[in-house]
Amino acid sequence: MERKSLPFTIFIYASALLLAVVILAPVLWLFVMSISPAADLSAKPLRWWPQQVDFSRYALLLSTVENSAGAAFVASLWNSLRIAGMATIAAIALAIPAGWAVSRTPAVGWSLSVVIATYMLPPVALAVPLYMGLAYFGMLNNIFGLALVYLTILAPFTTWLMKSGFDAIPREIEAAAMIDGASLFQTLRIITLPLAAPVVATSALFALLLAWDEFFYALLFTSDLRAKTLTVAIADLAGGRVSDYGLIATAGVLAALPPVLIGLVMQRALISGLTSGGVKG
Amino acid sequence: MSGSWMTTRAWLLMLPLLAVMISVIGWPLVDTVRLSFTDARLVGTEGSFVGLDNYARMLSGANFQRTLVTTTWFAVISVAAEMVLGVLAALLLNQQFYGRTVLRALMILPWALPTVVNATLWRLIYNPEYGALNAALTQIGLLDAYRSWLGEPNTALAALIVADCWKNFPLVALIALAALQAVPRDITSASMVDGAGPIARFRFVILPYLVGPLLVALVLRTIEAFKVFDIIWVMTRGGPANSTRTLSILVYQEAFSFQRAGSGASLALIVTLLVTVLAVAYAALVRKAAGSNA
Repeated sequence: MERKSLPFTIFIYASALLLAVVILAPVLWLFVMSISPAADLSAKPLRWWPQQVDFSRYALLLSTVENSAGAAFVASLWNSLRIAGMATIAAIALAIPAGWAVSRTPAVGWSLSVVIATYMLPPVALAVPLYMGLAYFGMLNNIFGLALVYLTILAPFTTWLMKSGFDAIPREIEAAAMIDGASLFQTLRIITLPLAAPVVATSALFALLLAWDEFFYALLFTSDLRAKTLTVAIADLAGGRVSDYGLIATAGVLAALPPVLIGLVMQRALISGLTSGGVKG
Repeated sequence: MSGSWMTTRAWLLMLPLLAVMISVIGWPLVDTVRLSFTDARLVGTEGSFVGLDNYARMLSGANFQRTLVTTTWFAVISVAAEMVLGVLAALLLNQQFYGRTVLRALMILPWALPTVVNATLWRLIYNPEYGALNAALTQIGLLDAYRSWLGEPNTALAALIVADCWKNFPLVALIALAALQAVPRDITSASMVDGAGPIARFRFVILPYLVGPLLVALVLRTIEAFKVFDIIWVMTRGGPANSTRTLSILVYQEAFSFQRAGSGASLALIVTLLVTVLAVAYAALVRKAAGSNA
């Protein structure tokens, strides 16, 4: 490492400090709002740190007393968990055989390219027939209906990730097992899938994050607590006549917690997943 | 094992995926095309064939043209800012300083924050009466009176772009950082021995490693920015005075608020066509860049 001049070092630390503030300030403010008494948030000049730390909104939102703000929030949290979970499991179940097939048989690869190209489609291009179709089958405002629609987003993505993962596993290992007399499904179950386990986990996490984040279809296809997701519930809070901004902030913190924790813990895997797309093209 | 059996087996394994994709993407897309030639309503009437009427009406309407301009501004400015800020942040994160690991880890925060939460957060920051931006700017003396950042047509789009950039530039930074780490150390040292200054070093030694991954990020971000819906819906719903109404918002209003499924479908397909043209043009660009690097 060559020696850096003092002004350069100062410049680097100043820039790093600026970057840290830019990244952290909005997130910290969301948290501060969630623990500030309502009076502090409407004070002029604004109080940047609460006089008295107040965690009561967390208890309020996570309570299950009937007809309270908490009951609505908990219901949407539960819907989001179930919908994201079901859609992820289904997407992975579709992606494993399809990803393996494309990886080992390049002749069928064009069909995956077609599936991936649908990423370009704006959701509005599918929304009207999906709405009419769900209505026809009585699946509007239904968690199974919404999970099915989420496959439009999750399945192409997970299949592509799984295909890249299988590409990295040498097919000679599979061939060796087959020569030893293992059937195709034994080979996949005993040899290939355990080797692909990290890719399955990464794909599943990506799928969970995508489903947790989704808003457009949820806004269109759900109408009440039976299926409304967390993103729609938060948009309702933000757009409604809620006078306590701290409550909106608390809902935001709670909704952000799972993906942020996944992001921080799984950093390395997520970044390599993101950049493999960037590098391979 | 014969090739044709391998191929048949591959198709069988892909069957579940393809069946689901055809029913939730293929069929709806075809049906959108059919609807776009009818005057169907969202609920009730089937509608009858009206030829290209919907397309003619949508394309000639002042709404569409204004919305196209707004969407283009949003996409061009936010993506350009994300690229520049992302590369600058990556160059910084590639230097050696104490706390670098922590700062790199923090970059994942805005990316992991759900889009709706991000939009809600910035809506609170921009709040005209109690927002942190107004408070901060008046407390340091840059602003005389509180402003309604999202309520005035001349600041609303800029305010949205800032919120979108904050969420998305860290992703560009992480992609660029991964590419920077692939630049061999001895090449940069050799260029310094040869007397290359920092700017020449960036242009001729480092940039070639960045071009490929950055182009791909550029393509994906532009397509996403062109399709933008969530952040705008939560922050402004396309207002004030339609100053932040993008194409996806316009389609939503046409098809779902006004329940005109037919004209909504034609508008959705026009948007799809625009995005496809963008994507194809970009793909050609990426291929060209990849070819010139090889």
